[in-house]
Amino acid sequence: MRKTELIKLFVNGEEHSLAVPVQRTLLEALRYDLGLIGSKQGCDKGDCGACTVLARPRQGSGRGEPILSCITLAADAQDLAVTTIEGLAGPQGLDVVQRAFVDCGALQCGFCQPGMMLSARALLDNCPKPSLPQIKEALSGNLCRCTGYSQIYQAVQVAAGMRKPSARAPVQAERAAPSDSVAHPVKEIVP
Amino acid sequence: MMTLPAVEVLRPGSVAEAVELLRDKPGARVLAGGTDIVPNLKYGMYETQHLVALRGLSKELRYVREEDDFVKLGALCSIDQLSREASMLPALADACAQIAGPQLRRMGTLGGNLCLDTRCVYINQTYFWRSALGFCLKKDGTLCHVVKGGKRCVAAASNDTAPVLLALGASVRLVSPRGERILPLRDFYLQDGVHNTVLQSDELLVEVRVPVRARSLKQAFGKLRMRAAIDFPALNLAVALEVAQGAVKSVALCVSAIAARPALIRGLEDLAGRPADARVAEELARRAQKQCKPLTNIGVDPEWRREVLPVLVRRTVSRALQD
Ligand SMILES: Cc1cc2nc3c(=O)[nH]c(=O)nc-3n(C[C@H](O)[C@H](O)[C@H](O)COP(=O)(O)OP(=O)(O)OC[C@H]3O[C@@H](n4cnc5c(N)ncnc54)[C@H](O)[C@@H]3O)c2cc1C
Ligand code: SF4
Ligand code: FES
Ligand code: FES
Repeated sequence: MRKTELIKLFVNGEEHSLAVPVQRTLLEALRYDLGLIGSKQGCDKGDCGACTVLARPRQGSGRGEPILSCITLAADAQDLAVTTIEGLAGPQGLDVVQRAFVDCGALQCGFCQPGMMLSARALLDNCPKPSLPQIKEALSGNLCRCTGYSQIYQAVQVAAGMRKPSARAPVQAERAAPSDSVAHPVKEIVP
Repeated sequence: MMTLPAVEVLRPGSVAEAVELLRDKPGARVLAGGTDIVPNLKYGMYETQHLVALRGLSKELRYVREEDDFVKLGALCSIDQLSREASMLPALADACAQIAGPQLRRMGTLGGNLCLDTRCVYINQTYFWRSALGFCLKKDGTLCHVVKGGKRCVAAASNDTAPVLLALGASVRLVSPRGERILPLRDFYLQDGVHNTVLQSDELLVEVRVPVRARSLKQAFGKLRMRAAIDFPALNLAVALEVAQGAVKSVALCVSAIAARPALIRGLEDLAGRPADARVAEELARRAQKQCKPLTNIGVDPEWRREVLPVLVRRTVSRALQD
């Protein structure tokens, strides 16, 4: 049996030739061979959706469908054209989905976001004006442990041009003082 | 991070080539959508060095067509595709729409679903986890943690298309280097959680055939799961009834996610002639509960599943009769 293998991956419009261990998953190839660490390694077994990328046959058009890169073998992904979160922004800057997530404060830790935004993008590519149940269904394979989802659903509606971000602006963070200039009063520790 | 053991992906371009590879590489396994086999490989459940990937066979094996009194479904139809294109068999389309989550439905195939490995809380775990418990019969061990003293693995068939296709009287076409055979699906599954199908190591499931008469059956699929997405079934079932002038002519009920083999409920012939109403639903619920014993193989309280089973049957039968 071979230990390593030369494979060709087509990612974000570019072809890459890589020598990888035969058992490389697409996610590992993206993160550790191509340095595209936007796709997250969550459960690494198909449960959480953090590793979602978009894929279609190479001959096709469009961005394709959301798939899980942690359970796709890199060698088996050679006939696919893959779009990762790094490939979502265009020459004009952020994709409307990315902008809407920011405007709605639809993220906290951010770990689920690349997958969440790609699932949302795939939905809007197929269905430009989705209903709320359609949005929930399309994102039901992406788990988020922080937000409680409602801002995320709202962000998809904003991206679809169906509403404005809710009136309340995301919390304005105050600029933090550089840590070395913060006065830390020394507490006396009584023995 | 869960790394895979070393496995080489082989990429045949035809069914003939695929089955030859399966024959020539001992221990080789089929890789379709990979949504079941890849996590299981990460758990160290298989000793295999070769995966025969079916992606190159998509053109050959991805179709939904009616021909010779059968609805024929190619093994590489994706689950998502069937949830949309199998609308002539509403229970199948509904089951497909409830499998896993959206990404997994795009990746997963019909063939892979029918050949899904059985599941158990004591086996779908990392090698480290399983080793801490001294392993079990299904892999690396000698005893069963579900049935104390049990000599046979009772890990649960967890595929959602299986009960539907069994209730609809489907058959499967299997190809090996020696030729092909067509088997009724009810002869496909075995009561052995270690390997619950009659599929041989060099055999490929290439097609599912559903008799066209199944289109006119009153049918429904029911599923119990903890979350409305992603989760495997804690119980699943399908019912198909032939109804004429308000009376039942025939009925098939299949319940799964219990043991290694999806259970076609036995002895329903005497229901023929009864009015197709709530009482028949009640009777089917009673018989299903009698014949099915939920175990601790699925990490959802077996007592609760036992209580819910007749409710799920009743609701599913009522839904079938309404449409
Ligand atoms: C988080 C999660 C949730 C899931 N939830 C569900 C669920 O709710 N319901 C459900 O039914 N499934 C569920 N699944 C399992 C799986 O996604 C589906 O069953 C899917 O349809 C499997 O198809 P596949 O093509 O990915 O199979 P693979 O993983 O490619 O193959 C599965 C098995 O079948 C064999 N095989 C595949 N195709 C063939 C063929 N043509 N001939 C012979 N052998 C073959 C493989 O060797 C392997 O042993 C879930 C999976 C995950 C990871
Ligand atoms: S049913 Fe028993 S033998 Fe089978 S996987 Fe579970 S614990 Fe192991
Ligand atoms: S990392 Fe969780 S699904 Fe891939
Ligand atoms: S923002 Fe933290 S997991 Fe979604």
